Amino acid sequence: MAGGATIEGSNTTATYEQARTWLLLPAWITLAVLVLTPVLLMLVYSFLTKEFRGGVIWEFSFAAYEQFFCDRGLFGDDPCSMEWTYINIFWRSIWQAGLATLLCLCIGFPTAYFIATRPERVRPMWVFLITIPYWVNLLIRTVSMRFMLREEGPVNNFLTWTHIIDEPIQMINTNFAVQVGLFYSYLPFMVLPIYAAVERYNFTLSEAAADLYATKWVILRRVLIPTVKPGVIAGCILVFVPSLGAFLAPDLLGGAKNFMIGSLIEEQFKGNAGNWPFGAAASMILLSSVLVLLMIYARSQVRPRRVHSEGA
Amino acid sequence: MKHLTQCTLAVVAALALTLGATTAAQAAGKLSIYHWFEYIPQELLDKFAAQHDVEVVMDTYDSNEAMLATLKAGALGEYDVAVPGDYMVAILIQEGMLDPIADGERKNMGNIKASFASPSYDPGWKHSIPYQGGTTSFAVDTAQYSGDINTTDILFNPPAELRGKINMLDSQGEVLTMAALHLGIPQCSQDRSQLEAVNDLLQNAKQHWASFNSDTAKEVLVSGDVTVGMIYDGFGAKARSEKASLQYAFPKQGWVNWMDNVVLLKDAPNRANAILFMDFLLEPENIAAVTNYARYVDAVKGSEAFRDPDLASQPESNPPAGISGAFIETCDQATQEVYDRIWTAVKK
Repeated sequence: MAGGATIEGSNTTATYEQARTWLLLPAWITLAVLVLTPVLLMLVYSFLTKEFRGGVIWEFSFAAYEQFFCDRGLFGDDPCSMEWTYINIFWRSIWQAGLATLLCLCIGFPTAYFIATRPERVRPMWVFLITIPYWVNLLIRTVSMRFMLREEGPVNNFLTWTHIIDEPIQMINTNFAVQVGLFYSYLPFMVLPIYAAVERYNFTLSEAAADLYATKWVILRRVLIPTVKPGVIAGCILVFVPSLGAFLAPDLLGGAKNFMIGSLIEEQFKGNAGNWPFGAAASMILLSSVLVLLMIYARSQVRPRRVHSEGA
Repeated sequence: MKHLTQCTLAVVAALALTLGATTAAQAAGKLSIYHWFEYIPQELLDKFAAQHDVEVVMDTYDSNEAMLATLKAGALGEYDVAVPGDYMVAILIQEGMLDPIADGERKNMGNIKASFASPSYDPGWKHSIPYQGGTTSFAVDTAQYSGDINTTDILFNPPAELRGKINMLDSQGEVLTMAALHLGIPQCSQDRSQLEAVNDLLQNAKQHWASFNSDTAKEVLVSGDVTVGMIYDGFGAKARSEKASLQYAFPKQGWVNWMDNVVLLKDAPNRANAILFMDFLLEPENIAAVTNYARYVDAVKGSEAFRDPDLASQPESNPPAGISGAFIETCDQATQEVYDRIWTAVKK
């Protein structure tokens, strides 16, 4: 009953109108304590001076942001030239996360469609089956994926046994393994919102389109996808954002050879570098880029949504 | 029913009081340990818990630096004892994160072997006790590679058949110290050409490395994911017991020596129990249980009687005569910042 069901003018809204502030208070407090405060703390930290071996000195400094964009050579005294290291790490992570999102979409959309078109009685069972593996801790699932993909693991053994390949393929410690890990970790976040959207889809619309001589491809492209688009976009965001910050899959499946955003930030706080302001600055830059992306999405949604709710 | 509730409340209140009374001489309550992973047998913790009627809780870390970061980020006051390596004890003392222990507070200090009487990183063991000592180098699967393994070329300039088959420890200190040994330059050198040489060496070698992993260092060797893996000697002995063809190397250029120690953290919530735990670990039978489990060397008199007989002769504990390892040194801030840049450049 989410999303489109809460159209303005329903009686329930009026009933609780006066209590609104009070009813919203717990949510606001939770948000303020658990989300805003840590983010503000990071914002403040990113403008402080770093302390040797971790920690901060309470002196205002731009050094963290300068380090992100400014390359001063190995000894830190060259004139400033553009620093590509961190931008490349960000770009690599965004590319990786984007690819994982696309992969999840390609597999997740048909899966969600399949579940939503089963008889109503068995749908909860399918959803349940999708979520079962996710009752296990992410770390354990990622380690299991290592076992699956390694040179003498089940996947290679099966492929050699069936003579599809002669020599085991090197899969572990590659970008491919990271992709598989991200895809596997976040697939349900794609399936569930799309399922919720497709389930609410009125299939008589497809029939009407077919009566008007639309082919199956046209129905999918011009009727189904536009209607369930909010679900698809929600799924994409839910997969893309955590993939961007993921460090378990890159560390355990990719061999931690190349920093991803997540591991770069982690290293600043618990690794050898111990540069908290820089870790905070990298987090703020990441947060701002994600926020800009989300705002672009929100803007693009404002008009189409009105048209849809009138049609629904 | 009411009485029962009141009774329960009284018990809970009493328990809370005992838990809160950290300065009480009598051991009751809790002990919080912050420890390396896979390093102490659970049975030994159970034994301590039973002997002194305390609840023992343990969290683990996978590098000295990770431990320092957690403590700095506000975990001080949460743990009673930690197990830092030699150079990290010095850093923790410098940072004022350890609580000094007065003479005579610990009963078993006389059990420490004479050769370990007063380490340079904590003269007179004022904050710590010796725990386990060992070396860090690397192990090679001799079923896959038959050449000479006792050279750091294996890591930094590997022969063709080992390329892409090497796991490094995800630890700046150990990797950069090995690099310095390989190049034959002093640690923490401030000489620019030497630092550039370290940087070039790692940039070149990186393409031959498959992964950086510390807590799976043993597993990747045993499973055959890699043929060469940096590893600690005792962990290497454990790996060999699971895969006989693994051989621990003593490179002619040297290796990393280390000594782990149990320290009393500042603001320890259960200081009295921490002292009891230190005395407990200075008893030959107890420390021998750690040694048998972790397969390194301890520094307690008379523990040999309780050690596994094959420990003394295991190849990982017997470096060849004539060459030696080096302890990791703590660099000054300017040099450490260059080290950090080199390390980031390796992993960028």
